[in-house]
Amino acid sequence: MLELDKTTFEKEVLQATGKVVVDFYGNGCVSCEALMPHVHALAEKYGSDTLKFCALNTSKARRLAIGQKILGLPVIAVYENGVMIDSCVKEAATPAAVEAMLKKYC
Amino acid sequence: MEKIYDVIILGAGPAGLSAGLYAGRSRLSTLIIEKGVDGGQIAITNEIENYPGQVLEGETGPSLIARMTEQAKKFGAERISDTINSVELDGEIKKVVCSNGTYQGKTVIIATGAKHRNIGCENEEKFIGKGISFCATCDASFFEDFEVYVVGGGDAAVEEAMYLTKFARKVTVIHRRNELRAAKSIQEKAFKNPKMAFMWDSVVVKVDGDELLNKMYVKNVKTGEITTVEADPDDGLFGLFGFIGLLPNTELFEGKIDLDKGYVKTDDNLHTNVPGVFAAGDLRIKVLRQVVTAAADGAIAATEAEHYLAHKK
Repeated sequence: MLELDKTTFEKEVLQATGKVVVDFYGNGCVSCEALMPHVHALAEKYGSDTLKFCALNTSKARRLAIGQKILGLPVIAVYENGVMIDSCVKEAATPAAVEAMLKKYC
Repeated sequence: MEKIYDVIILGAGPAGLSAGLYAGRSRLSTLIIEKGVDGGQIAITNEIENYPGQVLEGETGPSLIARMTEQAKKFGAERISDTINSVELDGEIKKVVCSNGTYQGKTVIIATGAKHRNIGCENEEKFIGKGISFCATCDASFFEDFEVYVVGGGDAAVEEAMYLTKFARKVTVIHRRNELRAAKSIQEKAFKNPKMAFMWDSVVVKVDGDELLNKMYVKNVKTGEITTVEADPDDGLFGLFGFIGLLPNTELFEGKIDLDKGYVKTDDNLHTNVPGVFAAGDLRIKVLRQVVTAAADGAIAATEAEHYLAHKK
């Protein structure tokens, strides 16, 4: 998992070619913390040259997250050529639902 | 079909994990099915101060639950991630039909818990995570220096509203009555807080926005008058948090076991009206819904399941 910040998000996600999975989390977001090990396991399983896995701490990049239309955590999003094409948001972001979403793109 | 478990536990919150620990320790073959992450509601709870023994520095809901999961596993309870689609509870062998397979058990302990109640306005689903939230600790920081509205009037609503004032520049509580239900001590603090405002006798009927929430319609329940609330143009968005109580996760069991307003009816020993089917935790009719009472329920349900199996032999 590549840890992003507000200076690297643009290059690694928005300007990337191919598909990028982003785990948006935040400080004090306990459900993000609970989901994260599952996302790491999914990154091991599905990560490849064509499906890159990243994480962004939105607490340090609030405006960036709002710019991506995110106002609730956790969000696991799939980007393709810089555009968000799919996401699992908040309670819908269960490990099973995230895996089902990822299977569509690998 | 394959294995028949002694006990199948539906849900891995405190009730389910406690049942798993007791059942496993009694050498019953035990399966715990959970669709999400372990812990249920406490998986999104940062502070738990009232679970006996919970005095560790830096302990959170997930860290407490991680130990409960480990303990259940230690005594042999299997735990799988799957979504339950339907259940067949009648007869000697119960069936639990999930997305990835069907599981069979001689007894079932229902511990699927409860979830927050939705606000109940038009367009709500569209704006969850886009301005609507039910988790202040998850999402409060997005609203730093924005305006936030909180629906509800009980202890949780008012306490969460005050927590949100640490981030938002103004927090307005929208309540359907003309006085709060929260404890007086909490109310006093709320009325003194300069960032707090109140809309009485009001309910949110519709939310709207351009991807992010920036408009809502609030109805006065006494006059029927509709007020339009719009985001400050400089902000372009506002937050709406709902804290109006719980709903039991019991849709799957409607018509299969006795429910009252969605909550499961049990006797003192947690038997439902169906032989071999037990219920534990927040989905039960009970006076106190806490981690400690859920864990107690799990222990009783597993022990009763063991007695039920012993009598069958």
